[in-house]
Amino acid sequence: MQALEIHPDKCTGCRQCELACSWVQTGVFQPSRSLIRVHVFDEQASYAPWTCFQCDEAWCMQACPVNAIDVDEASGAKIVLDEVCIGCKLCVIACPFGTIFFDKGQDTATKCDLCAGDPACAHACPTGAIVHSETDPGAWVGPFGEKVDDAYRRAVDGGAS
Amino acid sequence: MSDGGWTGTVLRVDLSSGEILRESLPATWARDYVGGRGVGARYLWEEVDPQVDPLAPENRLIFATGPLTGTNASCGARYMVITKGPLTGCITTSNSGGHWGPELKFAGYDLLILQGRAERPVWLWILDDRVELRSAEHLWGKGVFETEDRVRQEVGIADCSVASIGPGGENLVRYAAIVNDKFRAAGRSGVGAVMGSKNLKAIAVRGTGGVHVADPGALMAAQWAQKEVLSKAPLTSEGLPAYGTLALMNVINEHGALPARNYREAQFEKAEDISGEELAATRLAANKACFACTIACGRVSRISDAGVGRYTLHTSPRNWRHATEGPEYENAWSLGADCGVSDLDAILKASTFCNDLGLDPISLGATIAAAMELYEKGVLSDEQTGMPMPFGSGDALVAMSEATGYRRGFGDELAAGSKRMGEKFGHPEVFMGVKGQEFPAYDPRALQGMGLGYATSNRGACHLRAYTVSAEVMGEPEPMDPRATDGKAQLTVDMQNISTAVDAAGLCIFLTFGNTLSDLTPLVAAATGIAYTDDDMIRAGERIWNLERMWNLRAGVEPSEDKLPRRMLEDAIPAGPAEGEVSHLDRMLPEYYRVRGWGEDGRPTSAKLAELGIG
Repeated sequence: MQALEIHPDKCTGCRQCELACSWVQTGVFQPSRSLIRVHVFDEQASYAPWTCFQCDEAWCMQACPVNAIDVDEASGAKIVLDEVCIGCKLCVIACPFGTIFFDKGQDTATKCDLCAGDPACAHACPTGAIVHSETDPGAWVGPFGEKVDDAYRRAVDGGAS
Repeated sequence: MSDGGWTGTVLRVDLSSGEILRESLPATWARDYVGGRGVGARYLWEEVDPQVDPLAPENRLIFATGPLTGTNASCGARYMVITKGPLTGCITTSNSGGHWGPELKFAGYDLLILQGRAERPVWLWILDDRVELRSAEHLWGKGVFETEDRVRQEVGIADCSVASIGPGGENLVRYAAIVNDKFRAAGRSGVGAVMGSKNLKAIAVRGTGGVHVADPGALMAAQWAQKEVLSKAPLTSEGLPAYGTLALMNVINEHGALPARNYREAQFEKAEDISGEELAATRLAANKACFACTIACGRVSRISDAGVGRYTLHTSPRNWRHATEGPEYENAWSLGADCGVSDLDAILKASTFCNDLGLDPISLGATIAAAMELYEKGVLSDEQTGMPMPFGSGDALVAMSEATGYRRGFGDELAAGSKRMGEKFGHPEVFMGVKGQEFPAYDPRALQGMGLGYATSNRGACHLRAYTVSAEVMGEPEPMDPRATDGKAQLTVDMQNISTAVDAAGLCIFLTFGNTLSDLTPLVAAATGIAYTDDDMIRAGERIWNLERMWNLRAGVEPSEDKLPRRMLEDAIPAGPAEGEVSHLDRMLPEYYRVRGWGEDGRPTSAKLAELGIG
């Protein structure tokens, strides 16, 4: 399926993705409403856009007591059905990636819906750090996961490198 | 107020009384002065006696965004600090990027005006409508990095943006900077000292609101067109992303216009060692952008293995030898070539002190260079300076940078800037600058236009007011002979007006490495709903320029100050492509006054002022 592929090494931290995301939703430039957030790790010289990568497990979907989260067949995105959502926030708690939010304005959960298959953030990214492509959801996380595993093993082994 | 771009609200904080007020931004000021630098200057004109002591409570410190700050226009990140500067006595307009300006807009304010003086150190917390002054006793004396970390911890909101002063501003170093997001600075002319004089340590802002625009369709079309140009222009798509502004180091050196050792030479034999190419090959960790910037000229660097121990960077308590931002062209020149230093690790260390202690690296480096000249001449002894400080000493550079922020030892003399320091030691000729402010990194003998730009800049010597390098070195928009004086007055006036308009819009001046004004005017028009034309923007730039000039005249800065140091006029460049050249300011200045429509005495005529609506 088509999903967002993120390349943190290409991100410069400009937040054009946040501007685009908030613009699509609200018609104003309001990064606080963006569903994609750039995380800044200045001292590690690293910037990372972070949003829902439409994971297969879909913890949000599994946690929802009223089946308000569904898969949009056209885009493959997990989407929140506003009229069904009761605003209980279980999905927000369940998501291990912190990428589903609670919208205080309309009292429902809200998350990335891939802009119905044409994500604005990918268009806005000037460096190719966010690409909408045919990819396994979250495949790009793999290398980072391996690094985390490595670090964990080193820590357990007691060796500091 | 119009339908977008501006929020229409000005936040005013009286530090003496603790009063916090919200006012409407006068619509005619917004229209005529666009925003940022322009509207800020209008407020200063209205509210501050030009004769005021810059460090007195009566001076005001104005933070001003433009109508495009916080939008998705590329480089809509900027805010301008407007005040009377303690280095120059002129109106000071000092610009910064990062995320602070947009955050102020998202909180709902175009401008923040600070007046009076707090009795004890305070910091200002702005969370949308909630605005409060808090005690900064525990932050006073801390560097910028620690101050930001502590403020974030205190409010518990990691997403806030902090602008603060370090010990430099607290200790009233005349060229102290205001630093935001740890590595971005309103650097020049001592705005940090004004903030320090008000006992204001930091301003943290978090805005959850949005910036509206009047014509969304037109804005989206204009920003795609603007970004398309930037993605194709060689400098904004290749040069700046690859090497940052440091791409200039080798280029300017090859043109024989790179000042070295306090402007006694115009080429630096070790320029390659401090170039963008060298940084990229040995120390660059990442490119970093300001808010909404599609260029990303910012450099994130680590010192080399050789520098570890000697120049280890401490930018946070948690990590060892991690990355810092910099250097860019200007500070690699001032802390490098101008001091004869070719060690990028030493430059990175000194540059990191500038960010943490809150100092302008241009004036700091140039002042250290002037002191090195005095040391070499035997005017200053080891006893006075506390250590040997010959040209080329990275250790002296680093030690003096730190000493200046805290005004320890000889740093206390350096804190005055090179004009006052030179005068104090009986050698005013070592001051390389205009109106008390040190030159940046282009030799005005090799590039005649830059000399005129330095001499006539309203905030003292500055390269950003009229970047004639563009025509004289890069051939944009039209190639011009750097040694010729013909046409330089017109070029300088045009660039001054356009650059001022770009500043006022809330955009970054580096856009003009790719965009022309005709790419940018539609953005301002779409955001504000006012049908600005290119001519309107140029006229606004001219209006702001004249207002600044009039303010300076009222402050007692006479046209006779439109001058260059004798070294630039009489001492020919000793070697290199521009060998034998001096500045011919005398040929250009009368023409400049004419092109400006001013009198021969350099004063705006009443007819010109009436034409611009300045009363």
